[in-house]
Amino acid sequence: MTSVLLIAFAATLIYISIANRLLTYIKILAFQGVILFGVSFIELNEINTVNLIFILLETIVFKTLAVPLFLNYVIKRNRMAREAEPYLPNFLSLVIVTLIIIATFLISNIIHDPRLDKVYFVVALSALFTGLYIIMTRKKLITHVMGFLVIENGVFILSLAVGSEMPLLVNTGILLDLFVSVLLLGIFVNKIGDVLQDADVDQLQNLKD
Amino acid sequence: MTVVYLLGSIIVSTLLFVNRSRKTNYLLVAAFALLQWVLIAYAFAHRGEEEFFGFFKTDSLALLMLTTLGIVAVPAFYHSYVYFNQQEENPRERSIFFMSMTILLAAISGAYLSNHIAVTWVFVELTTLAASGLIYYHRDASALEGTWKYIFVCSISITFVFIGILFLSIALQQAGHVELTYPALLNAAGSLDVFWLRLAFIFIFTGFTAKLGLVPMYTAGIDAKDKAPSPAGALLSSVLMNMGFVGFFRFYEVIAQTSVHAWANNVIFIAAGLSVFVATVYMLKVENIKRMLAYSSIEHTGLVMLGVAAGGVGYYAAILHLVLHAFTKSSMFFQIGQVYRVYRSKYISDTGNYFQYNLPGALVLLLAFICATAMPPSGLFISEFMIFRALFEGHHLLLLVVVLVLLTMILWAFGKNIFKLLFTLPAHFDETKIGQVSPYESVSQFILLGLVIYLGFNPPALMVELIQDAVKNLPH
Repeated sequence: MTSVLLIAFAATLIYISIANRLLTYIKILAFQGVILFGVSFIELNEINTVNLIFILLETIVFKTLAVPLFLNYVIKRNRMAREAEPYLPNFLSLVIVTLIIIATFLISNIIHDPRLDKVYFVVALSALFTGLYIIMTRKKLITHVMGFLVIENGVFILSLAVGSEMPLLVNTGILLDLFVSVLLLGIFVNKIGDVLQDADVDQLQNLKD
Repeated sequence: MTVVYLLGSIIVSTLLFVNRSRKTNYLLVAAFALLQWVLIAYAFAHRGEEEFFGFFKTDSLALLMLTTLGIVAVPAFYHSYVYFNQQEENPRERSIFFMSMTILLAAISGAYLSNHIAVTWVFVELTTLAASGLIYYHRDASALEGTWKYIFVCSISITFVFIGILFLSIALQQAGHVELTYPALLNAAGSLDVFWLRLAFIFIFTGFTAKLGLVPMYTAGIDAKDKAPSPAGALLSSVLMNMGFVGFFRFYEVIAQTSVHAWANNVIFIAAGLSVFVATVYMLKVENIKRMLAYSSIEHTGLVMLGVAAGGVGYYAAILHLVLHAFTKSSMFFQIGQVYRVYRSKYISDTGNYFQYNLPGALVLLLAFICATAMPPSGLFISEFMIFRALFEGHHLLLLVVVLVLLTMILWAFGKNIFKLLFTLPAHFDETKIGQVSPYESVSQFILLGLVIYLGFNPPALMVELIQDAVKNLPH
């Protein structure tokens, strides 16, 4: 069952590569949160209840509700144009993200570990590289933040593959990362929206030699 | 004591944020500096002890770096005080600045002392938060840009470190271990799977290059050191880079016990060599003094990592170089604060004839130039010579020749800019706009540079013993 959910996660990665509206990005991030909730619920039933509730809270409350609502607020407050502005055409993004997934699948064949489920590894690395790709090829700063969140989701999946023996550590790490990064990035996107006209990367090129 | 120190720093920083009056701010900052030195004294008295469930340990590397931090923190606070005296009174921004500085120093100390790889990770994450408060002080568009780039690149890098820690724990689980404390990792190192170790090393090394200042993630630090006020820039380019080194070095000790060591050294050689090359390229064209110093920090970190990868006497030299470089670079940044007050500009083309306007400051800059470019009598000459010897003994001759040529070019570029600042007047120079700087502000920098020269030629036995103890886990 987890394999089905993780493959659905990979499908959302492909969808995010061709999404045009910012609201679609936010909805996909919320949907990824729900998928991760499902995966953690099924996978982690052998650890104690407190930890399980902690993880579930993190996926539902943070990834599905709080962060998308915060991103929505930031977009409305800065009156951004509701469109992601990619540097590359959407079809090319689709091809590249598909190639990323295929490449991570080929890389995962090198692993000979019987205990590690390959699906986790493939989906986690795909999310990592797709997140990096989104950051590199989109103009708006808020889409950079969303790419970072996709990377965080990939890290969460990787930690599920590892973390059934060290759950508290893993979740503190992810929560802290989420807190610090999203809070700070959100605050500064607001400030950039106040100071500069449109919050995109072309405006941030003044610091150079 | 570490927990007491961390709690104390949380209390001090909260009070700094809440109470905005000048006297209270300065009192709290002085109290924090005192707390920092109490921690250092306690750490020396209890060497090698583990505390708080084994999460913190006062080993030799931590002691060395903590002492460096303590020595650099005092002039950093003093120069911040001078900096705020020269500006209009802005209580909110000043209190946020001091709060960020306190959190930064506390997080760096926590990272030095930590004995568990995840605890190091948490403190390194906290330094991103604190440093952003420092960089954003001026609140104009370019400071905003610098802060955004810094937070973004550092967050991604720290996430990479976390992914590396996850790969390391996969390797550990396969071998049947669970604990991620450094002594446990050193014990388990021989039995870890090579594939996961390589992946872990790549991710952790790439992540830590953002804090260390190496290719590929050095870019964030350059803008940060440029935009932050000079006392903050001094801290960012000395003790923060040392923290990046400590975090990476503790993992490198684990790698050094395995069969991946030679491959890891090759990776470090490539990154460090490219860093020296990038530093050369940019120093030849840079026009802003603070960016020049930031690129010089990258060059020095590149040399340190070359020493680490070369091995042999390079291990000792690398740590010695880090300690001395922290003193040199911070003193240069403190002096640049005064240069800015005199000329009202950070661009080298707007400056000149500094000897006439601030004689002690010009002497500091001349002495700091000699120290930073590793000319005798600087202690950095000793450490760089040992690094080159380590490269020679390791038969990395081509790399050594290339690095020496690049360093010659850096020396020329650095010298050209510093001598322009010290001696030559620019073409359209308006003498009426020159600011006055008290000569006593340069005293702290003379002390720091004197330490660099003294520690190079007459290192105390305690310091030598600490450095040798810090590298004892590496194969000789």
